[in-house]
Amino acid sequence: MSSVPADLRYAKSHEWVRPEADGTVTIGITDYAQNSLGDITYVQSPKVRAVLAAGGVFGVVESVKAASDLYAPVAGTVVAVNPALDGAPETVNREPYGAGWMLRLKPADPGAVGALLDASAYGALLG
Amino acid sequence: MTQLQRTPLRDFHAARGARLVDFAGWEMPVQYRSILEEHRAVRRAAGLFDVSHMGEFDVRGPGAAAFLNRLVTNDVARLFPGRVLYSPMCYPDGGVVDDLLVYQRAADDFFLCVNAGNLARDLEWIRTQAAGHDVTVTDRSAETALLALQGPRAVPILQGLTATSLAGIGYYHFAAGEVAGVPCVLSRTGYTGEDGFELYHAAGHAVCLAEALLAAGAPHGLELAGLGARDSLRLEAGYPLYGHELSPAISPLAAGLGWTVKLEKGCDFLGREALLAEKRGGSPRRVVYFRTGDRRILRPDSPVLNAAGTVVGQVLSGTLSPMLQEAIGSALVESTAAAAPLAVEVRGATVPLQLVRPPFVPLGRT
Repeated sequence: MSSVPADLRYAKSHEWVRPEADGTVTIGITDYAQNSLGDITYVQSPKVRAVLAAGGVFGVVESVKAASDLYAPVAGTVVAVNPALDGAPETVNREPYGAGWMLRLKPADPGAVGALLDASAYGALLG
Repeated sequence: MTQLQRTPLRDFHAARGARLVDFAGWEMPVQYRSILEEHRAVRRAAGLFDVSHMGEFDVRGPGAAAFLNRLVTNDVARLFPGRVLYSPMCYPDGGVVDDLLVYQRAADDFFLCVNAGNLARDLEWIRTQAAGHDVTVTDRSAETALLALQGPRAVPILQGLTATSLAGIGYYHFAAGEVAGVPCVLSRTGYTGEDGFELYHAAGHAVCLAEALLAAGAPHGLELAGLGARDSLRLEAGYPLYGHELSPAISPLAAGLGWTVKLEKGCDFLGREALLAEKRGGSPRRVVYFRTGDRRILRPDSPVLNAAGTVVGQVLSGTLSPMLQEAIGSALVESTAAAAPLAVEVRGATVPLQLVRPPFVPLGRT
């Protein structure tokens, strides 16, 4: 059974979003996503200051099995990417909601996060 | 969609958390925990693989030795009871039907181990070719299970469960014996590049044997390993996989397996004429192995480009080497292009190939 923390918001494309105190949001992929991908071998992150559209591709996650696009759950400007994933992409498998975070975004619309799925809706999506 | 075939260990795998997938029509464990960790466990300690999906054929009779030497490209006359031989089996045009192991039990008594995906086609091919030879070909696949115990700790683990002296069985040799009370053929072979044994046994004993091996191996760091690790281990070792580095379109010479093609073995064999011509004229395309210094995996069928950006081949196998932490793989390229710089495009980026002679890592096999 996949872990779906109650305090996060989710996109149907299996990214999670955590609102931070400073108005930015942290984004990663869910436990379900990492488990479906299997051993993650590479994460391609966007550049800091890149401007992302909601639903736009922000990067690629590769596993032994396949490469998959990553989608921005909300529009915004990249303020940080996780430098640890360059040398240790398997961190995403181990801690998808913690040390395996992928990027921090300053949302274009601070209210956009509220429109994403909550944990119960995302959990229902996984069935 | 036909029902997937199951090995006698299917429920054993499911109970141990295996991710079961369709492999060549078989429901097989691709991984239990992590492909990368299972891979490293085999290089560091030992791994246990269920490869019961592979096919076993008995080939017996006064004409068996002569028939097999006509069937395969390597020299069966070099075998003796207790010895194993790796060989491609070719079509008359030099393309490969399958690659297999030939075991000699007695003067007129051999058995073959073939790839699961080719089993039915191999059997038909072998039986067709056997017409006119004094041999009987019997498919033993259904009643035979096969466990591979591989890694530097494989021998100490296995020695604790058998009275057979493993030190007396050299690489590519085998003996009959008992392991944990289960009658087995103990074959010092494998597909990982590490030392180890493959244990052929009756399907009804598979669960009992697997449990005994796991229990005996636990203190040594033995882990269950799936087909995912099996594939990355064989690629790191530089071993071909049928359907990738060997196929009806890739001869053993093109694959770099010239050592398995004994053109002068003193008898005609299927594919000899074509392979002799290919050896004299040179293979138009050949299999190369590469590393990239980059973590992005180059996937099969990706085009291989020369410096001018012209397609000169395609990727056959590609993975992230768990030991090197970089992408490795194989490609089929035009022989005239193989000496010049080659590259593969990944999502718009050009990744140069560094051609290497495998193995990619030092191997522990004896």
